[in-house]
Amino acid sequence: MRTLLETRLLPAIVVAVIVVILPYFFPSAYYFRVGALVFIFALAVVGLNLLMGFAGQVSLGHAGFLGIGAYSVVIGPVYFGLPSWLCVFVGATVSGAVAFLVGRPILRLKGHYLAVATLGFGLLVAIVLTNEAGWTGGPDGMSVPRLALFNWQVRGSDSWYWIAGATLVGGFVLALNLMESPTGRALQAIHDSEIAALVLGIDVARKKLTIFVISAMYASVAGSYLALFNGHVTPDIAGFLRSIELVAMVVLGGMGSIVGSLVGAAVLVVLPQALTIFHEYEQALLGFILMVFMIFLRRGIVPSVAATFAGRRK
Amino acid sequence: MIILQTDQLSIAFGGVRAIDGVNLAIESGQVYSIIGPNGSGKTTLFNLVSGIYTPDDGSIRLAGEAVTGLAPDQLARRGLSRTFQNLQIFSRMSVLENVMVGRHRHERTGIFADLFHWPSVARQNQATVEAARAALARVDLADSASRPAGSLAYGALKRLEIARALASEPTLLLLDEPAAGCNPVETEEIDGVIRSIVKDGITVVLVEHDMRLVMNISSRIHVLASGRTLTEGTPEQVRSNVAVVQAYLGIHGSQESNRAFH
Amino acid sequence: MAELLQFVFSGLTVGAIYALVALGFTLIYKASDIINFAQGEFVMLGGMTTVFVTLAGVSLPLAALIAIIVTTAIGLALHRFAIEPARGASPVALIMITIGASIFLRGVAQIIFDRRFHSLPSLFGGDPIKFGGAAILPQSLVVLASAMVIVTLLWLFIDRTLLGKAVIATAANRLAARLIGVDTRRIVDFSFAVSAAIGAIAGVLITPIALTSYDVGTLLALKGFAAAMLGGIGSALGAVVGGLLIGLFEAFAAGYLSSNYKDAVAFLIILVVLVSIPQGLFGRAKIERV
Ligand SMILES: Nc1ncnc2c1ncn2[C@@H]1O[C@H](COP(=O)(O)OP(=O)(O)OP(=O)(O)O)[C@@H](O)[C@H]1O
Ligand SMILES: [Mg+2]
Repeated sequence: MRTLLETRLLPAIVVAVIVVILPYFFPSAYYFRVGALVFIFALAVVGLNLLMGFAGQVSLGHAGFLGIGAYSVVIGPVYFGLPSWLCVFVGATVSGAVAFLVGRPILRLKGHYLAVATLGFGLLVAIVLTNEAGWTGGPDGMSVPRLALFNWQVRGSDSWYWIAGATLVGGFVLALNLMESPTGRALQAIHDSEIAALVLGIDVARKKLTIFVISAMYASVAGSYLALFNGHVTPDIAGFLRSIELVAMVVLGGMGSIVGSLVGAAVLVVLPQALTIFHEYEQALLGFILMVFMIFLRRGIVPSVAATFAGRRK
Repeated sequence: MIILQTDQLSIAFGGVRAIDGVNLAIESGQVYSIIGPNGSGKTTLFNLVSGIYTPDDGSIRLAGEAVTGLAPDQLARRGLSRTFQNLQIFSRMSVLENVMVGRHRHERTGIFADLFHWPSVARQNQATVEAARAALARVDLADSASRPAGSLAYGALKRLEIARALASEPTLLLLDEPAAGCNPVETEEIDGVIRSIVKDGITVVLVEHDMRLVMNISSRIHVLASGRTLTEGTPEQVRSNVAVVQAYLGIHGSQESNRAFH
Repeated sequence: MAELLQFVFSGLTVGAIYALVALGFTLIYKASDIINFAQGEFVMLGGMTTVFVTLAGVSLPLAALIAIIVTTAIGLALHRFAIEPARGASPVALIMITIGASIFLRGVAQIIFDRRFHSLPSLFGGDPIKFGGAAILPQSLVVLASAMVIVTLLWLFIDRTLLGKAVIATAANRLAARLIGVDTRRIVDFSFAVSAAIGAIAGVLITPIALTSYDVGTLLALKGFAAAMLGGIGSALGAVVGGLLIGLFEAFAAGYLSSNYKDAVAFLIILVVLVSIPQGLFGRAKIERV
């Protein structure tokens, strides 16, 4: 029993250890900032990976939920005087509710049709955020009130490093729990054969909706953090390119690999930062590297590397 | 008791009347076989009965309850399970996990329990593993439990589907060509498995081309041709029916199928 | 009434461009099952290359021809060097490769071209033609006419030539096509080349009306993809109708509601259509055979 528990949560434990140890190797405070960004994105990617990698349902509009989470921690405190921490939860609840309402009709769609429907949803969120300037500040966005926990004003990157790291470990634990549960098995079954899943009594539509809502809430929390961390938010956070970035992180790290979610997020957060030294070549290089990765590690970094090691051992 | 009854069941695809006014009345506790040439509508009949297709016409009763138009998962919860002619394996999962999914309708946890791994989930997982292992043992796959399902040979996959269906503890089990592609030894195993299933009180509806298996094991046989009932009766009655032999010879024309009848 | 006509004109003009992009998606999808998100970059490359070649003193028609040839070569290269080596990868991985390619092409474009907006003069003058109280630019008519010619040529080609039949065979069943001797790799090569050429032509045609810059590809790819899905993926007729419809939705939404929400209205309608017809307007419903 004990070993069962430990193997299940092993990736979460590894991540916890990484979060704690990493700062000892940071040459400067700047790295806390990068670390915090990686963890925040990884949180959203874990959620999206549950949807895409496990249940096999694509979403090209997940940044929409990032946006809902982000604007919750602006609109709540600024217009309603709510504390920011509460708004993180409110945002997640709103995102979950929106995912429920949107997911019900569109999750019946399959494959590329689902892709275009989710893409449309993401665009709708971004358009509303851009145009309802009375609430959202329009295309220029708004500055985000700082997070205050009790009497502690959260500012520095290091604080956010720890908050994001701890939340990510929590996100890992929930995801890993879910995978080894009746719901998790049902979701993986749906990925491989919806018909067989149905015939075994799985309410496929409801399970898809459940995981869509959960993954939306992951993204929403990540969006709230991102806004609070950056101190400023624009509608770009909900844009198509952000959605694509999240999907790229999932695929690059490895569909269905929870650890891969962190690796994918790390690569795609760190890479552009590292490439800025190439100035105008940055985008071309990023695209090139993405192509090369996907051609040679087509199953994603973590599964491909794992397969290589398994092959060696034999 | 009549466990499965259909009345004038019909469905057409474009111009093809795949099932055309078929009446079934299957007594529980027996092996009931459906045979017929390729394309005669056997699989379509299964798809109708298991809720994958909705009939254009006619009705279906499961253990006396009208179930026409119910979704496959609703039927599964009423005790119907099936296997597939072209396999529907969860190939990303292990052999054991495949069968664990079969337990789904008996698992009682909620999404919060699952997310936070409440003690009920641990208990549930334990029970599911045990039941799944038992089902695997019945089809002689216990040794392959931890292998990726995708790595099994064809014959083993056929048995894996049976184990998965058994794990759901059905009262009515539809098997679509379980012995297709199996060698004589494997077919013999399938024969044994089906007999043990029936002994447990599960009604088996069998679609199969292997006439020896069908003739040996069935209580009654229903013959389809072009979506219609050709005849229905005991193996002896069907064997002596000239029309059946002709329908088969017309399609197969081989000595083998002729011999299988006698 | 005149107002309505005006919206129809502008809707059809943009719609024709979406239709061409959607046609590119459809062609590649049919031959290879790949959704090529770099399709929008072909349009960008067509327009931008023409602009910069004319700036170097080449006449507009010749510049356009050069742009189309260059873009076609790039489309071919995309298949040969990025898609072919990844043969057998999952659909999502392949889509990611095309997205990587589109980021790459955009990045290269901003290096060798620039990051400003550009336009092209119209060969047919800039004075609008009056028609039923509405005004239409000659170039819009050119766009519509060209789109019609391209669609007709493509249809004739597919319907009347052996290579066209091979494309249909490949689309229907790749393995069977290979067994009867179709070189399916060349078919996919061909589909990438033609899609790129169609994209480039769209780019050349639209630049006199709408500005172009290194980053116009993303939005066009989105609209083209949406149009292809609205019409039903894999249906050429669907791609054309889907493109025109989205153009019209946008024009009406911009005209009668608010131009800020034109994309929102377009996608809202797409969502409603797909939810009620999950396989798109002209797509074939796929029943999974078990
Ligand atoms: N989803 C579908 N769409 C169109 N036609 C179908 C569909 N399902 C079945 N058919 C047609 O219905 C007829 C019966 O097919 P079915 O698969 O039920 O035959 P079968 O008796 O199971 O044959 P076999 O012995 O080869 O398995 C065939 O003509 C088949 O082409
Ligand atoms: Mg069949």
